[in-house]
Amino acid sequence: MAYSDKVIDHYSNPRNVGTLDKNKKSVGTGLVGAPECGDVMRLQIEVDEATNTITDAKFKTFGCGSAIASSSLATEWLKGKTVDEALAIDNMEIVEELALPPVKIHCSVLAEDAIKSAINDYRVKNGMPELEMAKSHH
Amino acid sequence: MLKLPIYLDNNATTPLDPRVLEAMMPYLTEVFGNAASRNHPFGWAAEEAVDYARDQIAGLINCDPKEIIFTSGATESDNLAIKGIYEMYAQKGNHIITATTEHKAVLDTCKHIEKIGGKVTYLPVNSEGLIDLAELEAAMTPQTILVSIMFGNNETGTIQPIREIAAIAHKHGALFMTDGTQAVGKIPVDVQADGIDLMAFTAHKMYGPKGVGAMYVRRKNPRVKVTAQMDGGGHERGMRSGTLNVPGIVGLGKACELAKQEMAADAARLSAMRDRLEKELLTLEESYVNGSVERRLPHVANISFKYVEGEGLMMGVKDLAVSSGSACTSASLEPSYVLKALGLSDDLAHSSLRFGLSRFTTDEQIDYAINHVKEAVTKLREMSPLWEMFQDGIDLDKIEWAEH
Repeated sequence: MAYSDKVIDHYSNPRNVGTLDKNKKSVGTGLVGAPECGDVMRLQIEVDEATNTITDAKFKTFGCGSAIASSSLATEWLKGKTVDEALAIDNMEIVEELALPPVKIHCSVLAEDAIKSAINDYRVKNGMPELEMAKSHH
Repeated sequence: MLKLPIYLDNNATTPLDPRVLEAMMPYLTEVFGNAASRNHPFGWAAEEAVDYARDQIAGLINCDPKEIIFTSGATESDNLAIKGIYEMYAQKGNHIITATTEHKAVLDTCKHIEKIGGKVTYLPVNSEGLIDLAELEAAMTPQTILVSIMFGNNETGTIQPIREIAAIAHKHGALFMTDGTQAVGKIPVDVQADGIDLMAFTAHKMYGPKGVGAMYVRRKNPRVKVTAQMDGGGHERGMRSGTLNVPGIVGLGKACELAKQEMAADAARLSAMRDRLEKELLTLEESYVNGSVERRLPHVANISFKYVEGEGLMMGVKDLAVSSGSACTSASLEPSYVLKALGLSDDLAHSSLRFGLSRFTTDEQIDYAINHVKEAVTKLREMSPLWEMFQDGIDLDKIEWAEH
């Protein structure tokens, strides 16, 4: 299968691979996917409480090149965004940016889920109500 | 300078040996006759070339040249042998025994046999890919007409106990067929000593051209007959009609002759190279050999790397042409049925690589492959949350995954 140049770039030079301290109150962690499905994404954000802004984002992904690229791109986009702006990221934006083929759209869906799951974790940790998780893609 | 990508997918197909091409060239150009033309020198020259190739092939597998039936390849030979036996021996019975790790050319043919009323037993294999002889014996019935078990497996290289299987089949009055596609030309195959009644094999897995193969059919003790599956001019003793592919047959003959001469030296060199590749890759933690280490084709290694995903791994080893146990590149997520039959979990089957070495593989290429795979696996594991969890001692089976 031919990958787009952007997927290859993210796969070869992934941005923001790593781990944040999941026990910190300011860190939200999202772990989505399952090993038997061939994709597991862990995405973490660190939020500045005063400004509600994401100051850092890290990921680790077990998956194909498109899954790695989707999560790598997501961390790039998350940094500097407010939590509300981050919530508005739609998987189709990832599809367009990376030129993912139809069989790889699920990778972008997983990345969106990982973002929402990380934000949710941060909210719960900080006494905010749980998000109504978007289920429209499933 | 090393040319990239490096071809290590020789179980899929091998390059044509230049000596084979040289032997074929006249038959692609001036010697173009139809081997069935009996009335002029053009036909005679072609027929002579075919007869010579038959001798070369017979010399490799120790049979009578008349016992070779030319086909388009191993898939056709498998179809012809199984369907042809099923039809020819319908009076005697309708039961065939095979194994779950056979090539699709055998498995799908057996499914066809079931559809038209036959009975097929698919024997399971153990973790090394070997069938259990006691299970084979127990599966034999008075209606069993054929046992079809491959010689060496295309994914793992595991070599079945052919002689013992043949003995059990014969003891119960059944014929023994083997798909010899990966074995012929790579390891000694002797249809007499091994007790083989029918065998499928092909040229392009042993440095010959694509589009030509053969079926060995025993003529004595017992005389085996198969019903033709294609109607026409009655070529090949009535078993396979169709104008003979003379240049292809000449190529198959030459490939067999070279294999006979060079097999021992090739096997020694390739198994040493394969063992080095394998030993180096197994220095990576959580990597496992698939198949039998003791009973294996000399040029094959199949290794799984836990906690990396198959398609990501294939992308990471882009400088190598290898196969993966992962079928993810098609939209399906179904991993290799052969590796699953060995008892591998889906994730280990997905994250496997199959290396197939050839006569033309060099030590320099193997050095490169070792480093390339090590780098890719290490990099992907650094990126893998599963690897991090494993390192932290978390039991992944106890996690409730958010199913997607």
